[in-house]
Amino acid sequence: MYSTETAKADMIREISGVNTRKCMKCGKCSASCPAYEEMDIRPHQFVSYVESGNVSALLESESLWKCLSCFACVERCPSDVKPAKLIEAAWLMVICQRGGNYLSPDEVPELLDEELPQQLLAAGFRKYSK
Amino acid sequence: MVYSYYPGCTLKNKAQDLDRYARMSAEALGFTLQEIEEWQCCGAVYPLASDEIATKLSAVRALNDAKEKGQDLVTLCSACHHVIKRVNDDMQHVEDIRTRANNYLKLDEPYLGETKVLHFLEVLRDRVGFDTLKEKVVKPLTGRKIGAYYGCMLLRPSSVMAFDDPENPTVMEDFIRALGAEPIVYPFRNECCGGYISLKDKPLAGSLVDKVMESAVCHGAEELITACPLCLYNLRNSGSREKVPVTYLTEILAEALGLIPEKGGEADV
Repeated sequence: MYSTETAKADMIREISGVNTRKCMKCGKCSASCPAYEEMDIRPHQFVSYVESGNVSALLESESLWKCLSCFACVERCPSDVKPAKLIEAAWLMVICQRGGNYLSPDEVPELLDEELPQQLLAAGFRKYSK
Repeated sequence: MVYSYYPGCTLKNKAQDLDRYARMSAEALGFTLQEIEEWQCCGAVYPLASDEIATKLSAVRALNDAKEKGQDLVTLCSACHHVIKRVNDDMQHVEDIRTRANNYLKLDEPYLGETKVLHFLEVLRDRVGFDTLKEKVVKPLTGRKIGAYYGCMLLRPSSVMAFDDPENPTVMEDFIRALGAEPIVYPFRNECCGGYISLKDKPLAGSLVDKVMESAVCHGAEELITACPLCLYNLRNSGSREKVPVTYLTEILAEALGLIPEKGGEADV
């Protein structure tokens, strides 16, 4: 638990290592994002939520579970802000709380099929579970 | 030439073709992939948080193993390659991670990022050479129209991966051309297939795969190749539009080298 929004914003900056002040709001990250249409908070808005101290809304956002870690936003950002790191820091703040995991081992049998590669399970647990 | 080789978890299981055809082809081309002992799963995704250490140690162990043998480290799976190359970059450039990882591992000699990490395709391009590869082809794949699917992890972030131009890559097209087939360039070859999202959000993975397939088919691709077991799984199993067959790049290599019968991209679909 973080007592204030400022403490949450500081934590997300620390985990991600992102300097949110470098963003110049050009929107290239959102334009590049393959999951843009699925997101309630869009990649170019992540920075603003941290800057304005509204991290709680970011932590409750569906966008956390739509990011593909494809690094298109990281590659194309002209200011090297790395929005993917910010969103990963946000979901880590969620799943590091007891009961916060987005993937449970109990779900796995239903998700399996004959061809499903081990890599997908390894990635799923690394991303969604602590 | 002997390279240290990191196969990764999936190449020992669902992606055995990717592994097997690579080893066979390597021998035919005059180099050996020597599997490192007691390798551990790389974790499949690179941990982005700045305080992640434990999740990077398996990559450091593999890198150090290759260093102790004095060999370059070759990978095939896009995810393994991505993780190991990025962790190596951390060990070279991020003092905090380098110090804490070495404090934990207490190796005989600290690991400082000395190992050169190469993707199998980089070995073909930079060490064997595509001209030499072309000379070794015994059954050119004449008439086949093959699209390269790069996906994300081989290319981005280009500042670390340094694999190819991240927006207009050519290495897989040059590879296809060396094997005697016609490379089909299509815009979505470096767009995401959905990656791990297919575990929990199949509709999103499906919509992304449909866009990739539509782009490939529209530009005339009759089959696709990839280096990534997860891309292959998503491309084959997600989405609802018309599909072309998807195989591993090592399969068409083994076909062109005459090591296995030519299946024309129809294998195992």
